[in-house]
Amino acid sequence: MTAVGVTALRAGPVSLRIDRRALATALILVSLIATLALWSISVGEFPVPLADVISHLRGDPSPDSEYIIGRLRLPRVLTGVLVGASFGLSGAVVQSLTRNPLGSPDVLGLDAGAAVGAVFVIVFLNGSGAAVAGGAVVGGMATAVLIYLAGGRGRVAATRLVLVGIGVGAVARAGVELMLTRAASFEIQRAMVWLTGSLNGRSWVHVRSVALAMIVLVPLIMLGQRRLATLEFGDDVAAGLGVPLGRTRSSLLLAAVALTAVAVAAAGPIGFVALIAPPIARRLVRGATVALATSALVGALLVVAADLAARRAFAPTELPVGLMTAAIGAPYLLWLIQRRLGGRP
Amino acid sequence: MTRTTGLLGLGLLVAIGASLAFGARSVDPATVLDAVFAPDADSADHVVIRELRWPRTLLGILAGAALAVAGAVTQAITRNPLGDPGVLGINAGAALAVVSAIAVFDLEVIGDMVWFGFGGAALATVAVYVLGASALGPVSVVRLTLAGAALSALLVSLTGAVALLDNAALDRFRFWVVGSLADRGTAVVPQIVVPIVLGLVAAWLLARPLDGMALGEDVAVTLGIRPAGIRLAALAIVATLAGAAVAAVGPIAFVGLVAPHAMRSVVGTDHRRLLPASALVGAQLLIACDVAARLVLRPAELRVGIVTAAIGGPVFVLVARRSQALSAA
Repeated sequence: MTAVGVTALRAGPVSLRIDRRALATALILVSLIATLALWSISVGEFPVPLADVISHLRGDPSPDSEYIIGRLRLPRVLTGVLVGASFGLSGAVVQSLTRNPLGSPDVLGLDAGAAVGAVFVIVFLNGSGAAVAGGAVVGGMATAVLIYLAGGRGRVAATRLVLVGIGVGAVARAGVELMLTRAASFEIQRAMVWLTGSLNGRSWVHVRSVALAMIVLVPLIMLGQRRLATLEFGDDVAAGLGVPLGRTRSSLLLAAVALTAVAVAAAGPIGFVALIAPPIARRLVRGATVALATSALVGALLVVAADLAARRAFAPTELPVGLMTAAIGAPYLLWLIQRRLGGRP
Repeated sequence: MTRTTGLLGLGLLVAIGASLAFGARSVDPATVLDAVFAPDADSADHVVIRELRWPRTLLGILAGAALAVAGAVTQAITRNPLGDPGVLGINAGAALAVVSAIAVFDLEVIGDMVWFGFGGAALATVAVYVLGASALGPVSVVRLTLAGAALSALLVSLTGAVALLDNAALDRFRFWVVGSLADRGTAVVPQIVVPIVLGLVAAWLLARPLDGMALGEDVAVTLGIRPAGIRLAALAIVATLAGAAVAAVGPIAFVGLVAPHAMRSVVGTDHRRLLPASALVGAQLLIACDVAARLVLRPAELRVGIVTAAIGGPVFVLVARRSQALSAA
């Protein structure tokens, strides 16, 4: 039996369910991301013709493109793609787990917590690269545990979680600022830009760290997609269908938080991507349930597009990408509040 | 009640004394008293106290009282225990107005910036209320808080864009936005003292109707209160108080949240007591935080907004956990 719009591939005991609409959406999103990425690499203060970009990517760099593309723009765009995908994916997981479109890592203050960890490592331990990412993961995890403990359980938990998250986020941001004032070497303006989320000056180090984390975490999360979808029917139904509730929930949540934290360590807390990517993805595939892969692609597209806009809108001044995503995401959040919580006291 | 008033007054005096005595250059209590009652223009200590620390302390008293009463009034009319000018995005509105004014009109003096901060705060108050209020009934806690958070995020990002696009604006804006009481008392106190005193008096006159509003609109109507009129008056008061305070000292969050909550458990929910008590405690709290901000990194100073956030954030979380009203959303 095959559901409408689903193709099943079978090879012996292995079968793969393919949603045709999701597949088509994914192909369109990937080509959009590729187009915007190429465009983003080609434009800038020193424009590089598209033909040169393509020949560089095919392994035939010219002396100019070697530096501008190889050292500056390619790692920037790749960091944007990976970070955007991470935010989109972890946003989808956390929103699905909290069963609340507001329960995304950035609204819950997990980004801010990860930033505390990252800045602590930078300022007090003089760390860089993997150490910063590690600090971010520890900070994000600690914040998640804190919010979970403070948010409590029960029917109102999801809403309360959001409010607790706002409070925890405020404290975390104060903590980041406190540490920054103690750091003489860390230039305040650069820190401010990082704290809004920026892809400026990203290098291959950042690409590698996010890519490594994704290689480990993404398969883990994708394997959980089935269980996540089952969880959306409610705990009782999921338990009845044989899903180990506690283990599924905690492992997925930890993976999502780790992914967010690594992305924050690489590009700063780029707000609202994790909030808006999953609902857009859901709409695109018209699915009744969580769309993980599509969310990741939408997240990547959002960040690459926002970064391109932030670089070019007021050229030659480049704005941090986080400003752009906030300018898109905050009105969405306001709209969501109007719709979801409308009319009820 | 009288004992509470006495304790609060004593606390405020102690806080003022500490604020005059401590800092990069600490002064012993006897010298502080001398500087207040028998000033000597040749003594460096006296000059520091009279010219720097006194205006700073006065600013702290005014802004702290204004923020606390603004928070108490917001909490009453929205029946929202999480009401606070910082949480609701009013600070962010003032910040955007100030940075835009610096960029457009090329302002240099902090005294000129105050008026724009004032306007921005008023606009943000109206905006967050319109966005967070539902057309049908009383305001939902979650909705208003989230609307505030979203509005803040939007306004902060716009502020960042303006500041980064205009380097001169960024430099001058940074001075305002650090949320500090330092080095600005003499310039801004004369400008904010009238709106803040008027706002405090108006809030006190509104205490009775606020008691009614806090019981819910249906009860308020049966008590002969017209909710729409009271709400409008209360919004005007919040915009005045929060606007003046934020415009003068920069974005300082959580004083408006903490002070009324602390006082409700001491003097009860009667606004004729709660409002003055909150004002006294708010003034104390902000001055004490400012003293702490001076001492933590001595001789450098921390911005006072960091200290209030570090204290207020956990209080916010506690209130959010306890709040019964959340089950409705």
